Amino acid sequence: MSTARASRRASSSSTPARRQRRGRLGREPAVAVGLLAAILLAALLAPLLAPYDPLAQDLARRLEPPGGRYLLGSDSLGRDILSRLLFGARTSLLVGVLAVAASSIVGSVLGVTAGYFGGWWDALIMRVVDTWQAVPYLVLALAISVVLGPGLETLIVVLALGTWMTFARVLRGETLSVRASNMVLSARVVGATDRRIMLRHVLPQLSGSLAVLSSLMIGSTILFEASLSFLGLGIQRPMPSWGNMLLDGVEVLDTAWWVTVFPGLAVLLASLAVNMLGDWLRDALDPRR
Amino acid sequence: MSYLAQRLLHGAGVVLGVSVIVFGLTWLRGDPTSVLVPLNTPPAEMERLRHDLGLDRPLPVQYVEFLGRAIKGDFGLSLRQRQPALPLVLERLPATLFLVSSALLFALVVGIPLGMLAATFHGGPPDLLARLAALLGQSLAAPWVGLMLILIFAVRLRWLPSSGLDQPTGVVLPAIVAGLYPAAGLVRLLRTGMLEVLSADYIRAARAKGLPERVVLFKHALRNAALPTLTFIGVQLGFLFGNSVVAEAIFAYPGMGRLAVDAIGARDLPLIQAFVALAAIVVVLASLLVDSLYVWLDPRVRLA
Repeated sequence: MSTARASRRASSSSTPARRQRRGRLGREPAVAVGLLAAILLAALLAPLLAPYDPLAQDLARRLEPPGGRYLLGSDSLGRDILSRLLFGARTSLLVGVLAVAASSIVGSVLGVTAGYFGGWWDALIMRVVDTWQAVPYLVLALAISVVLGPGLETLIVVLALGTWMTFARVLRGETLSVRASNMVLSARVVGATDRRIMLRHVLPQLSGSLAVLSSLMIGSTILFEASLSFLGLGIQRPMPSWGNMLLDGVEVLDTAWWVTVFPGLAVLLASLAVNMLGDWLRDALDPRR
Repeated sequence: MSYLAQRLLHGAGVVLGVSVIVFGLTWLRGDPTSVLVPLNTPPAEMERLRHDLGLDRPLPVQYVEFLGRAIKGDFGLSLRQRQPALPLVLERLPATLFLVSSALLFALVVGIPLGMLAATFHGGPPDLLARLAALLGQSLAAPWVGLMLILIFAVRLRWLPSSGLDQPTGVVLPAIVAGLYPAAGLVRLLRTGMLEVLSADYIRAARAKGLPERVVLFKHALRNAALPTLTFIGVQLGFLFGNSVVAEAIFAYPGMGRLAVDAIGARDLPLIQAFVALAAIVVVLASLLVDSLYVWLDPRVRLA
C-alpha cells in the first residue's frame, strides 16, 4: 500500500526549503520514541502487567463498561479487554517485526543485486516487482491465506509478500547512484569482488533508507494485520490480536463501544509511533542535510 | 515506439505475469487436490481426481492450458455456487468500480484542498492541522474507521445507511474507509510538491509582475504540482482496490470484494482466482488510463 509514500519519503530530495519544512512533528522524536518504548515494554511485560488471564471467560460479567472491575471493560465473553490488549500487542508487534525482517532481507538482496549488476537480472526483477504491484495487496493476501489456511505463519508470509517490493524498488534506485560513485569505482580498481563491494561499500550507504523503510513498513504491517485479522484471515481466535479484537466488537457495536474502540486506539498509537519515528529518521539520516 | 504503445506492451506483460501468480495459487500448498476436495477423501479417490483434472502432468503444460482457458474467461466452477466463477465476479464489478471511484473522489476532494492549504499557510496553524490529519489518516486501521463511522453516522446520528447499496448514499461510508489512506498520502504529497514549486523562479517572476496570488497558486503552482499527484493516484489504485475489500466486508456492500470474503469460508479457490485476475486487470487498465492522462497533461512526455 504505502509503496509510493515510502519510496518517496525514503529518497526525497533535499533543498534549502526542505530544511525549514521540517515541522514540529519531525523535530520531536522524543514523543515517538517514548510511545514506542511504552508499547514495546507493555508487550514484553504483558504477563506481569495484565490484571487477568486474556483468555479467561467470565460469562457472568459480560460486556461490563470500562472503569469498574475491568479498567477498559470486558468483551462479550467476559474477558478483560486490557489484558487482551497487552497480549495482543505481543502478537501484533511480533508479526510486524518478523514480516518486515523477512521482506527487508528479500527486498534488499533483490534490489541491491538488480541495481548493481543491471542488465537482464535487473530487467527481470523489475518486471516481477511491477507485476506484483499490479495485484492489489489485500486481494493477493486474501487469496494466499485461503490456500495456505489462516494462522500466525501464514500471516507473516503474506505480510512479507506484500512489502518486499517496496524495499527492492527503493534500494535498487539507491544502489544505482552509489554504484556510480568514486568510492565503488576505486574499490573495483583495487580488485574487490562484487560480493565484497555490495556488502562492504554499497549496503552501508543504504542503511539509512533501510531503517526508514523498515519503520514505515512496520507501521503498514500493523494496519494490514488489523485488516486481515478482521476479515478472519489473520490471527485466529481466541488468541488475542488487535485485529481480531476489532472483529469481536462488531456484533456488540451499538451496545458496547469499548470492545471496538480500545483495540483501534492501540493500533492507532502503535502505527502513529512508528510512522513518526520513520519520518524523523528520514530527516535525521539524510546525509544531504 | 510511442510512449503509449510502450505502456500498453508493459501492461500486457504485467497481466501475463499476474496469470502466473494466479496459476501459482493452486500449487502454493504443493498439491492442489487437497484444496479442491473435502477433508477425509480416500487416497484412491484423490488419485483418480488428480488424473481427471490433469494435475499429474508437467507444470508448464498445465500452465499453458490454464492460460488458454483463462483467456476465454474460464476459471472453472465456483465450488460454492456450482456456476462459472468469472461471471459471478463480473456481475459484482460495477458496484466495486462505483465504490473505488467514489473513494478516489473522496481522496481528491479532501486531499487536494488540505494539501494546498498546508502549503499556502506553510508553518501556520492550517499547515500543522493538515499535517496532523495526514499523519492520523495514515495510522488508522481501515476496519476500525469503518466501525467508528457506523457507530457515529448510522447508529447514533442515523444519517447514512450502515450497510448495503439500496440507496446510492450507501456508498458514502465505504468510500471514506477505502479513500482515507490515499487522501492522507495526497495531502503530504501535494503539500511537499506545492512547497517545492512555490520556491521556483517562475513563481517569483509571476509574483514580481504583480499577478494576483490566486492566479499564481492555481494557475502556475497547482498545475505543476499536480503531475506527481497523478503518478501517485496511479500507484494508489491497487491500494484503493485492496481497502475496498475491507470496506465491502464491513458495510455488507454488494461488490466483488464481499463476494471473495464470503468465499473464504468455503475455500472457493476458482472464484478467488477469478477475483484476483479481474482485480489485477482492472488495476492495469486504470494505470494505462493514468498514463494516457499524463500524455495529455504533460507535453514533455508526449514529445520525448
